Amino acid sequence: MFEHHLSILTKAVFIENMALSFFLGMCTFIAVSKKVKTAIGLGIAVIVVQTITVPANNLIYNNLLKGGALSWAGLPQTDLTFLGLISYIGVIAAIVQILEMTLDKYVPTLYAALGIFLPLITVNCAILGGSLFMVERDYTFAESVTYGFGSGLGWAIAIVALAGIREKMKYSDVPEGLRGLGITFITVGLMALGFLSFSGIQL
Amino acid sequence: MSIKKTLFGPMFDNNPIALQILGICSALAVTTKMESVMVMALAVTVVCAVSGLCVSIIRNHVPSSIRIIVMMTIIASLVIVTDQLLKAFVYDIAKSMSVYIGLIITNCIVMGRAEAYAMKNGPIMSFLDGIGNGLGYSIVLIFVGLFRELFGSGKLFGISILPLTNEGGWYQGNGMMLLSPSAFFLIGFFIWGLRTWKKDQVEQSN
Repeated sequence: MFEHHLSILTKAVFIENMALSFFLGMCTFIAVSKKVKTAIGLGIAVIVVQTITVPANNLIYNNLLKGGALSWAGLPQTDLTFLGLISYIGVIAAIVQILEMTLDKYVPTLYAALGIFLPLITVNCAILGGSLFMVERDYTFAESVTYGFGSGLGWAIAIVALAGIREKMKYSDVPEGLRGLGITFITVGLMALGFLSFSGIQL
Repeated sequence: MSIKKTLFGPMFDNNPIALQILGICSALAVTTKMESVMVMALAVTVVCAVSGLCVSIIRNHVPSSIRIIVMMTIIASLVIVTDQLLKAFVYDIAKSMSVYIGLIITNCIVMGRAEAYAMKNGPIMSFLDGIGNGLGYSIVLIFVGLFRELFGSGKLFGISILPLTNEGGWYQGNGMMLLSPSAFFLIGFFIWGLRTWKKDQVEQSN
């Protein structure tokens, strides 16, 4: 049981890294990785939101949307899977909003540190992608908690690492046309190449 | 702004991927095969154009405090329709693209254009802006997809162009092209080429 969860966790963090092998959340990944400090803030926000939304969507999928899931309400034939996308994004938007209000009231320092990143997370594809992968792989509730945390953590590690590299890049002489966005892409490519080395690991 | 500029500006002058940093995720993920590239490009262009149209029509009736959630609902509904259509007509391709069709919802091009353009302009111009940005996105996707499929597996649209050695031909497939990092390199080079051509897009060094 424990080993099974450990395997899901390592897989989500390293082997199937959200950012570097599935390219999810790339827009924010590239746009907000200029400084390590902001990258850490965003990383933490993603971990928190991901750990809450994936299990929440798991409950919704298993108890409301899945074919036959509504049999407790006397509707055994109903299959609402096609409503999936709109429900997940609704849940994500709502949870981000609630989290924002809660943090603002009880932990104002963290709220100030996260700033604009919290609302931006709603449109971060890594979050929705996490929920969609959870559905595709048919995780149970407990597995989805582990998976949500792991995928968030993997994304956070990747963005902090990229921000570290980009901070150092200020001192290098990059060809004119590659400056900024171009070289960032190539850096991410090299990082992804590095992360590929994890793919041989069997657990 | 003229119609021509709205429609063709996003292709090279203001490319959503190369300059606005929008919609990168799916650009990288679905580009190993030209078939899925075409499906993805078409789906994003249609969703982008229609959502621009819808958002623009209702833009004067929606309070700005709830506009994000309204846009999300419109976009999500359009993506559901697209998803169901693709599953009905091109099931195999849709299956191989797994979660990335659903992820058009969070494709920042759609949301970004709805927020930045459709909220301020008339329905027809917003529709054209959506098509234009869809085309700009498609160009990058086709560029990346072309290289990845041709050099990775020696094929285009599943038809053998460079016969592979393991199928009795002469071309040794470049396996890295099929893996994720190559997409990053290709987009990096695309941006390099574009910025060498159009100097004004070069970022100032800091």
